[in-house]
Amino acid sequence: MATMTDPPSEGFRLSQLIYDTRYRSMTIQVVAFILIMSAFYWLANNTAQNLAALGKPINFGFLGTRAGYDINQRLVEYSNNSTHARAAFVGILNTLLVAALGCILATVLGVIAGVLRLSNNWIVARLMGVYVEGFRNIPLLLWILVIFAVMTESMPQPRDFREDGSARMILFDSVAVTNRGIYVPNVVFSRSLGGNEIEQAPVEAPVEAAPRTNAVGTYGSSRIATGGAGVDADAEQSGGPGATQTSGGNLAEGDIIPTSSGLDWLVILGVFVAGVVGARFISRWATVKQEATGVRPTGSFWMQVGAIFLPVIAVLVVLGAQFQYPQLQGFNFGEGIHLRNSLVALWFALALYTGAFIAEIVRGGILAISKGQSEAAFALGLRPSRTMNLVILPQALRVIIPPLISQYLNLTKNSSLAIAVGYMDVRATLGGITINQTGRELEGMLLLGTFYLITSLIISSVMNFYNSSVKLKER
Amino acid sequence: MNKSVFLGTLAVAGLAAGIASAQSTLEQVQSRGALNCGVTTGLTGFAAPDASGEWQGFDVAVCRAVAAAVLGDASAVEFVPTTGQTRFTALSSGEIDMLARNTTWTFSRDTDLAFEFVGVNYYDGQGFMAPRELGVSSALELDGATVCIQTGTTTELNLADFFASNNMSYEPVPIETNAEAQQQYLAGACDVYTTDASGLAATRATFEDPSAHVILPEIISKEPLGPLVRHGDNEWGDIVRWTLNGLIAAEEYGITSANVGELAAGTENPEVNRILGTEGDLGAMIGLDADWMQRAIAAVGNYGEIFEGNIGESTPIGLARGLNAQWTDGGLLYAPPFR
Repeated sequence: MATMTDPPSEGFRLSQLIYDTRYRSMTIQVVAFILIMSAFYWLANNTAQNLAALGKPINFGFLGTRAGYDINQRLVEYSNNSTHARAAFVGILNTLLVAALGCILATVLGVIAGVLRLSNNWIVARLMGVYVEGFRNIPLLLWILVIFAVMTESMPQPRDFREDGSARMILFDSVAVTNRGIYVPNVVFSRSLGGNEIEQAPVEAPVEAAPRTNAVGTYGSSRIATGGAGVDADAEQSGGPGATQTSGGNLAEGDIIPTSSGLDWLVILGVFVAGVVGARFISRWATVKQEATGVRPTGSFWMQVGAIFLPVIAVLVVLGAQFQYPQLQGFNFGEGIHLRNSLVALWFALALYTGAFIAEIVRGGILAISKGQSEAAFALGLRPSRTMNLVILPQALRVIIPPLISQYLNLTKNSSLAIAVGYMDVRATLGGITINQTGRELEGMLLLGTFYLITSLIISSVMNFYNSSVKLKER
Repeated sequence: MNKSVFLGTLAVAGLAAGIASAQSTLEQVQSRGALNCGVTTGLTGFAAPDASGEWQGFDVAVCRAVAAAVLGDASAVEFVPTTGQTRFTALSSGEIDMLARNTTWTFSRDTDLAFEFVGVNYYDGQGFMAPRELGVSSALELDGATVCIQTGTTTELNLADFFASNNMSYEPVPIETNAEAQQQYLAGACDVYTTDASGLAATRATFEDPSAHVILPEIISKEPLGPLVRHGDNEWGDIVRWTLNGLIAAEEYGITSANVGELAAGTENPEVNRILGTEGDLGAMIGLDADWMQRAIAAVGNYGEIFEGNIGESTPIGLARGLNAQWTDGGLLYAPPFR
C-alpha cells in the first residue's frame, strides 16, 4: 500500500537564491535596490566631497543674509535690505501669479477655441484651426519673445504721453499702453482697514535745492576715464523730468491719501464668498419649493444676484472705494497698477500656447461623447446651446480633466522661461541673482527644484480632487 | 563571466575618471592643448568676435597671452561666452580654466565664492548713460527712473545702494546680456542704462549716433576688473597672475611686440632679461619654459599696446588711460618686481 511520504525536507541553501524560481525574483529586486542605493550614495557622497574640497560645504545660512538687490515686481513688502529668503518668497509669488493668470486665461481661450473649432460655421472653425496649429507648432520661447518685442518696440514711450506728446491714453484716459508695460486704474480706499496716511504740508526740499553736490556713495571727482565725450556736465538742464513733480494729483494739505491694503481685499473676498454661499442656499430653497409646489418662487434669480453683489457693494461704499487713474509723474506713470512688459508677454504667450493644447483636449472630449447624447437632447427639444451646456460638456469634462492637469503643470513649469524677458520669478531671484551673489549653486537649485516639485504636486492633487468629483459615479 | 568583466571595467573607468579630475589645471590645459577662457557674450573692445569670427578685445588679449605662455600658441584658446549669471558657475565647475570677463574684484567673490583674483587689468567705476533728449545732467535727477541693469553683477548691488542712500526710487529692468540691454535702452524701455563706465563707452561707440547719448558725471562705485581662477590650484593662479604682471611690466620697461625678439637676445637691463627668460629661471619656477613671457608679449603686445589697440583713444571706444596708466605716469598700474 502506497503511503504518502513527506517531500524530503531540505535546508535552505544559498544557491536557491539564484536557481530557485521562488526566490530568484526577490533576489534580483534586492540586488537592484542595493545597486541603485549605492549609486545614489556615490552621487551624494561625491558631491559632498567635491564641495568640501572647494571649501563650500552645503549650508543654507545664506537665506538669512541681506539680499542687497531690488526686485521690480513685488506682491509683498520687499526692499534691498530684506533677506535672500524674502527675495525667494517674492519670486515664488511672482511665479504663482503668472501661473495662475496663465492657467485661467488658457482655460478660457482653450474652451472657447475648442468648442468653436467644432462649429458648423466654416470660417469660425477654420480660424480656430489656424490658431491652434499656429500656436501649438511654434516654440513657446519664440512667442514670448515676439510679444515682448512688439510691446517694447512698437508702443509709445511714457514721455510721449506728455501734453505735447504724440500718444494718448485709451478707454476714457484710464489705461496707458506704453513700451514699459500697461498701466491700468487701481482701486483704492479712503477708509482703508490698513490705515490711511494724511497728506503732509510740502516740506521745503533742502537737499534737492542745494547746488549740485556729489551724491552719497559716488566717487564724483574720480579720474576714471569715461571716454571721449564722456562727461557732459553742462548738458541742457531744461525740464529734467525727474526734477519736481508733486506726488498724486491735486491733494491739498490734510487730505486723506486713499490707499489699499491686503486686509481690504481679504474682507471683500470674504464677503463675496459668503454672498455666493448665500446664493447657493437661496437656489436650493427655491428648488425645494419648486419640487413641492411645482412653481419656482418668483424673483429667486434676482435674490441670488442680490445676495452676491449687494454686500460687496455695501463694503466698497463703507471703505470709500474709488478708482486711482495712472498719471504721468516724472519719468514714468505713477499710481495705478503697472502690468510690466515682462509679465504681459509671459502671461499672454503662456496662455495662448497652452490654450491651443487645451482647445484640442476640449475638442477631443466633446467628440468622445456619443452622438446619441445630442440627438436625444434634441429630441427632448433642447436648443443647441443648452445641449452643449447641460448634456455634452458635463460628460466631456470627465475626458477633459486628466489631460488638463498636465497642461496646467506644463504651464506652471514653463513660466520659468521668464528668464527670456527678465520677469522676476523664483528662477530669477532665488535661482538667479541669489545664487550668483552668494555662490550657493547647489543649495539654490535644490530649493528651486523642491519648490517646483511641491507646486506641481499641489496643482495635480487639487485637480485630481476636482476630477474625482466630476467623474462618473458608479454605484 | 563576460558581464562581470564588463562591469568591473566600468567601475575601474569610473574610479579613473574620479582620479583624473585631480590633475592640476596646468596639466589639464597642456594635455587638452587648448585654454578654456570665459569671456563676455560680446562687449566691443573688451571681448567680441570680429567680422571673421575671431575673438578680439582687451580681455581676450589676456586669455591669448596666457595661452601663448602656457601652450606656445596664442590661438589655442577656446572662448566660452558667459553671462553675468553663468560666469561663476562655469568657473567653479571647471568648465573654464580662467575667467577674463570684466569681473569686479570683491571681498566675497575672492573668499566666499572661492575664487582667486590674480590682479586688476582695468580700474573702472559704475556710471549711467541716458539719451541726451531726456535732459538729465546728473544721476541725482534720476528719481523714479527706469534703469536697465545686468543681473548678477556688482552693479546691481551698487545701484540699489546708490538709490537707497540718496533716498530716491527707481524701477529696475533686469537684463541678461549687454546686447539685450542695448536693444532695450535704444527702444526706450528704460530711461538709463547703468554698468561700468568702460562698458558704457564701449556700448555707446556701437550706437548709430553716439552723440545723442550722455554718460552722466557720477561714478558710483569702485570696480577693479580683473581675471580670476578657482581656489585650490595656486600654481595655475601664479601663471595667470604673472602673465598679467608681465604684460604690465613689459610696458614699464619698454618691451613691445615689435622689439621683443631683439631684446630677447640680451640687454643691459637685468629685469628685462629676467622677464624674457635670458637670465635666471623664472619660467621654471612656475612650471613653464624660459621663453614663456617672450611668447606672450610677441603674441599680444604689452599692456599699453593691448589698451591702445582695443579700447584706447584711437579706437571708436576712445577710453583715456586715466587710472589705468603706469604708476610712473600717475596711474595705478604697478607690477611687482620680477626676481
